[in-house]
Amino acid sequence: MTADVALAVADLRTHFFTRAGVVKAVDGVSFTLRGGEVLGLVGESGSGKSITGFSILGLVDDPGRIVGGSIRYRGRELVGLRAAELRAVRGREIAMVFQDPMMTLNPMLAIGRQMDLALAAHGGRPAAARRARSVEILGRLGIPEPARRLAAYPHELSGGMRQRVAIACALLNRPSVIIADEPTTALDVSIQAQILREMTDLVRDTGVAMIWISHDLAVVSSVAQRVAVMYAGRIVEDGPVTAVLRGPRHPYTRGLLDSLPAQGRPGEPLAQIPGTTPSLLTRPAGCPFHPRCGRATEPCRTAEPERRADGEHGFRCHNPLPEAAP
Amino acid sequence: MTQAGPADSPLRRFVGEFSENKAALAALVVVAAIVLTAVFAPLVAPQDPYDLASLSLRDARRPPGYVGSGGYTHLLGTDAQGRDLLSAMLFGLRISLEMGLVAGGLALCIGTAAGITAAYLGGRLGGALMRVVDLQLSFPAILLAFVLSALLGQGKLQLIAALVVAQYAYVARTAHGAAAAERHKDYVAAALSTPLRGRTVLWRHILPNALPPVIVVASVQVAGAISLEATLSFLGVGLPPTEPSLGMLIANGFQYMLSGRYWISVFPGVALVVLVTAINVVGDQLRDQLNPRLRR
Amino acid sequence: MSRPAPAATRPLVELAGVSKRFATPAPLAARLLAAIGRAGADHALHAVEAVSLTVARGEALGLVGESGCGKSTLGRIAAGIATPSRGRALVDGSPVRAGERKLTTRVQMIFQDPYASLDPRMRVGDALAEGPVAHGLTRAREARAYVAAWLARVGLDPAFADRFPHQFSGGQRQRVAIARALAMRPDILVCDEPVASLDVSIQAQIVNLFLALRRELDLTLLFISHDLGVVRHLCDRVAIMYLGRIVEIGPVAEIYAAPRHPYTRALLASVPRLVIKDGPRAGFQPIRGELPSPFERPPGCPYETRCPLAVARCRAERPALRPIGPVLAACHLAEGGPGGGPAP
Repeated sequence: MTADVALAVADLRTHFFTRAGVVKAVDGVSFTLRGGEVLGLVGESGSGKSITGFSILGLVDDPGRIVGGSIRYRGRELVGLRAAELRAVRGREIAMVFQDPMMTLNPMLAIGRQMDLALAAHGGRPAAARRARSVEILGRLGIPEPARRLAAYPHELSGGMRQRVAIACALLNRPSVIIADEPTTALDVSIQAQILREMTDLVRDTGVAMIWISHDLAVVSSVAQRVAVMYAGRIVEDGPVTAVLRGPRHPYTRGLLDSLPAQGRPGEPLAQIPGTTPSLLTRPAGCPFHPRCGRATEPCRTAEPERRADGEHGFRCHNPLPEAAP
Repeated sequence: MTQAGPADSPLRRFVGEFSENKAALAALVVVAAIVLTAVFAPLVAPQDPYDLASLSLRDARRPPGYVGSGGYTHLLGTDAQGRDLLSAMLFGLRISLEMGLVAGGLALCIGTAAGITAAYLGGRLGGALMRVVDLQLSFPAILLAFVLSALLGQGKLQLIAALVVAQYAYVARTAHGAAAAERHKDYVAAALSTPLRGRTVLWRHILPNALPPVIVVASVQVAGAISLEATLSFLGVGLPPTEPSLGMLIANGFQYMLSGRYWISVFPGVALVVLVTAINVVGDQLRDQLNPRLRR
Repeated sequence: MSRPAPAATRPLVELAGVSKRFATPAPLAARLLAAIGRAGADHALHAVEAVSLTVARGEALGLVGESGCGKSTLGRIAAGIATPSRGRALVDGSPVRAGERKLTTRVQMIFQDPYASLDPRMRVGDALAEGPVAHGLTRAREARAYVAAWLARVGLDPAFADRFPHQFSGGQRQRVAIARALAMRPDILVCDEPVASLDVSIQAQIVNLFLALRRELDLTLLFISHDLGVVRHLCDRVAIMYLGRIVEIGPVAEIYAAPRHPYTRALLASVPRLVIKDGPRAGFQPIRGELPSPFERPPGCPYETRCPLAVARCRAERPALRPIGPVLAACHLAEGGPGGGPAP
């Protein structure tokens, strides 16, 4: 297992130095991604899940900066790499899919042209081979008549088609890791279902490893094998999807699950987590979740809990929930 | 964000952000200083430039630092009539600022009213109103102002009218754009669905939110009006000789430029440039702060 | 038009044959063709087409569909923000709107994005007091106490009245927007995706607030959402919309348990479910294809282009909403009896 680690992130810290103070968006995130695995990175707005993804690709802009930790891609350290070296990794080895496909697509270029440029930038295949690859990958993503679509401009496509093209662009150079940041959040459920299906098949067939960033536990549970739950810049619980969702040990994960309408009885109040997500400028001392936690005790207010593990299932909590009955 | 106290009004945040740009702050201080000295010109000026009895042709065209027959130093020299140039400039600034502020202010009011009304009305009527504005925008302001003041004749009111007509269209265009954008936001829909009367929504909700970019344009328009007025006065179609603004001072000294008596034209010119530049720097900072697309 | 029903049995909200078209400028080529008489220049977008529905007093009706199905436009017509191109929107028998003017305060609306639906330059206390003072629900002198009571009612500190919207989190802003609507003492709330832009943990708080308010204030809800889970939790009945039309409407329990229309069935199947069992995932059958362009409505059943069961009749003849068991569905193939949808 250890030999096949695609990506190892250790104690990653990305801070933003703003007018109002230092925003510790990512503050001590560690995880590993194995080859061919889908890891769901779950959290609410401000939890740092997207900034974690951006940090891996070196896409953090001023006033943000990686201030500590390490990101190793197949054993090679990415933190501190020069821009040109990082560009060689980005797109070819690690690719990104954004919530808004127009982050990837150039509105002024036909999609075939963009795909061709992306292929040419990372290796000198002949033009005919590049075109064949573009057509192949569009077809794999369920785009009808892919050869004809190459001439289309992004604005001529529907939102779902655009996101498919953006995903195709990410897959073009056969990267070994894809970071997908809420790729289906802006889409209708019927289109989301199609894309979830296609992505699942792709991962299975190509062996690409993926980090799927989402706020939606249901989506993550349907695509990921492992899940990491983030809160206030840290991973508070991680492990195999079924273990974490069936028997969460951290009260925050439990609260998230219970607050889903599908978990309640119609007409009855939903279980709710009180309060609001903390401002990262004024993170509570101790466990950042303690002001909203029903299980908080004195140590929670003063000492930040370390990660404890039960097999592959890890959690950062002083008073974890009991293990679920098998 | 939510930790901020109840006193954290948009105005207070605005002042805090403004004072962070040192150049803009310095420009604001310059504008304030010029406005204050101009307002209190009768108190601070060494001489009353309109008091012909205090003038002596013996003092005419003397360089900066000359001690004249009045017994005081002419810091910036004297002009062709033996007037203390500093005093003439302070009184000239008064006139220039007056013209700029009155014309800019009127352009702001008329332009905002026209633009916002057109945006609110929409449809054919609003469109027709804006086509008039667009037609006017296709002529250079200087040309329009020149023709108008030539037609209307010399005089303060005539010049103000010419400046307002030349400039309100810029304000109207900006106000129309801003108000049309606000018109379709949910908070306007929410107010209309209460229901509140259209007029109430227009004045209480749309106007305050559409105003920031308009104020930016208007502040630049004040500087524009000042330099337009100076240009027209320099060309002799602006103010009558009884209202010696900065532009006229520059014109009056122009004939002596080549004879080495540069100060008569240059100092009023410098004052004009400093004032207009300072207002524009302040306006730029306002724009940076008020334009949401340039924020953060 | 029939005479209005007596007040006792009359539905509180009635939409009668409501349509909304947005005229869009046709492409130049089309206009040129029209000018020389070669083609019709009809280039209108039909957002809502001939929708009729009623909501009883105290009832919560969910309006569900994907983007572009017309649910928001229908909500705006019911709330009196938009004028229908055809048909009428009535509250308690009286029109909601006449010409460009909204007439009633009895319907209030809550918008999706609480960042956009509050005037950023107005203190929330003033924003809450504005409507009630204008309509004589409170006097200007007493407005502060009136506003404080409504802020407290939605779970906010009354001292927040002096704050500006930017000083609140998303969930708090949505509470402010709810308080502003409630301060008008409406009978009906039209809610347009009120929890869609909120975090999961905050969504539950707002859903619970709606549940409590509905009970305590005897509110009637028209709840627009793409989230089938939230609608099931909050609503008594649900209407499924597709391309500007209602394809199925009925009690929530019936429709979720046994959808009669193939679109409803596919939509329900597309919702990602929490998978907590080991084994294969993503085992659902997604709807194939995409929405047709809103300018090119199929002449028959609107869903025919994507429906796996479509037959010749579906392409030729538009199905009307008709009773099928306990629900109304617009499908030629659906049959009566429990679970009487067309066989998949």
